[in-house]
Amino acid sequence: MSKDEIRILTPAGMLGYGFPAKWFKKGLDMNPDVITIDSGSTDSGPHKLGLGAMTCSREAYYKDISLLLEACFEKKIPVFISSAGGDGSDEHVDAFAEIIKEISKSKGYHFNIALIYAQMEKEYLLQNLKEGRISPCGPVEPLTEEEINSATTIVAQMGVEPYLKVLSERPNIDIIVSGRTYDPVPIAAPGIKHGFDPGLCWHIGKIMECGALCAEPAGKNIFGVLRKDHFVVEPLNPGEKCTVSSVAAHTLYEKSHPYLLPGPGGITDLSDAKFEQESERSVRVTGSRFIPSEKYTVKLEGAKKVGYRSIFIAGIRDPIAIGQMDEIIKRVTSDVEEYFSDIPKENYQMVFHIYGKNGVMGEYEPEKDFKPLELCVILEVAAPTQEMATAICSRARTEMLHCPYEGRIATAGNIALPFTPLEIPLGEVCKFNVYHLMEVDDPTKLFPIKYLEV
Amino acid sequence: MANTLPLKDIAKVIRSKNAGPFEMTMDIIFKSKDDYMMIKNGGYITKELISRLYRVPVEKIISFVYFDAANAIKITLPRPRPQGTIGETDMHAAQQHVPLMNIMIPVKDKNGGDVCLR
Repeated sequence: MSKDEIRILTPAGMLGYGFPAKWFKKGLDMNPDVITIDSGSTDSGPHKLGLGAMTCSREAYYKDISLLLEACFEKKIPVFISSAGGDGSDEHVDAFAEIIKEISKSKGYHFNIALIYAQMEKEYLLQNLKEGRISPCGPVEPLTEEEINSATTIVAQMGVEPYLKVLSERPNIDIIVSGRTYDPVPIAAPGIKHGFDPGLCWHIGKIMECGALCAEPAGKNIFGVLRKDHFVVEPLNPGEKCTVSSVAAHTLYEKSHPYLLPGPGGITDLSDAKFEQESERSVRVTGSRFIPSEKYTVKLEGAKKVGYRSIFIAGIRDPIAIGQMDEIIKRVTSDVEEYFSDIPKENYQMVFHIYGKNGVMGEYEPEKDFKPLELCVILEVAAPTQEMATAICSRARTEMLHCPYEGRIATAGNIALPFTPLEIPLGEVCKFNVYHLMEVDDPTKLFPIKYLEV
Repeated sequence: MANTLPLKDIAKVIRSKNAGPFEMTMDIIFKSKDDYMMIKNGGYITKELISRLYRVPVEKIISFVYFDAANAIKITLPRPRPQGTIGETDMHAAQQHVPLMNIMIPVKDKNGGDVCLR
């Protein structure tokens, strides 16, 4: 890599969602030093960590990784992939390694690969909990031994250090696949390795890890150039452009705070960052700062299984029934509780989602007295087994169909059911139960590295 | 002559999204520095207003920050429940911004004063 600048190509904000090969190839012609792509997010829910599911299908990953490997092999550009599979579990790092092996075998590629793992041993976490080194990250309950034990998988978000270790141990590494990783790391790593300003390294990472989401209109492929005192970002699709307002606004995206961005090892402070139009389609950024934290912390993420769900979906058009909806729900709930009195109430949950009233916003809905034409009611039942969830759902559905209510004149049925099966089993449901910060002494040792050749 | 306009007719972006599984964050981004400064200096959007609209106690509001570089206001609230578990209504918290759209903002017309939005 050249010393006065680092050129980075990020084909998309999420591996597996697909990206236009045409603009990716244009980016390859611009001599990138590295291709990076993130694969992780908690955004699609706790079932990935809870059940071991991947965000995208294996086929989708295979397709995207094929394009990356072709570039890596033909053009000798290293490829860094972070947070394998979405959750970044050990299993998904290995699944990505398998995909790379499979493609390499069929195409005759040869690569040096580093795999970095991010899954945490429960024993180690329990020890750290005892020593008071784990604290909540945001509005979360303090962690307990019980929650650690009930989690299916717990990962930690690695910082840049494991990447730096790989880059110094194997300067000619072709591919890095890492487990759960702080999203900007693969983009920030080469810059930090070569002594560029860490504030700029993290900020360019923050912007580019979402691909060209910071452009107008939002896109996929983006190219960044990191220099000693600034960086420049530009989308590769000529129909898109980065503007001062689109890039500055992107800084806000999915973050708790607009200009203080905490990560492993410190905070990126953008309060003095300056955004300037470089060319018509590119933006130059200066003034981003990195403030190392006193204690190095990593974020832990974990999820547990909390039962099985079944639902029914019902429509209501009768205005008298709509007017009595609160009463009807009260009646259905007490009927179910009475009928299943042999099951302790705390063993199952019934949640009525009432679309047309507050189905989307729930307790945050400020409009109280809206009179809808129709309501859609979804009853969500969660219970320890699928059978029990469906049985409770079924009982609630028949009661809701036939129960009397004040002023009723439609005596044949209260709800309109669009689907069979009338009760729909949804399978297992999970819950994020670990979202905490853990102090670590050695941010490299926590994340084991495995080298392999294919 | 003072007039009022809903925030949705003034702002360029009003959006909500998860910020991790336990928080939801809302961004209001303005078309111009003038519009942004008019809102910021006018004190029309406050923590207290957000608290009333979402019925969240002021001390539970995680961030309420004006960000000059982006002509934007960011508001972060706790999610009603961890993302994606029993009782979820909005997996990505993508539709929680609506109460902000109808915040009424007093604006002045060309004859009335220093700031003109239209």
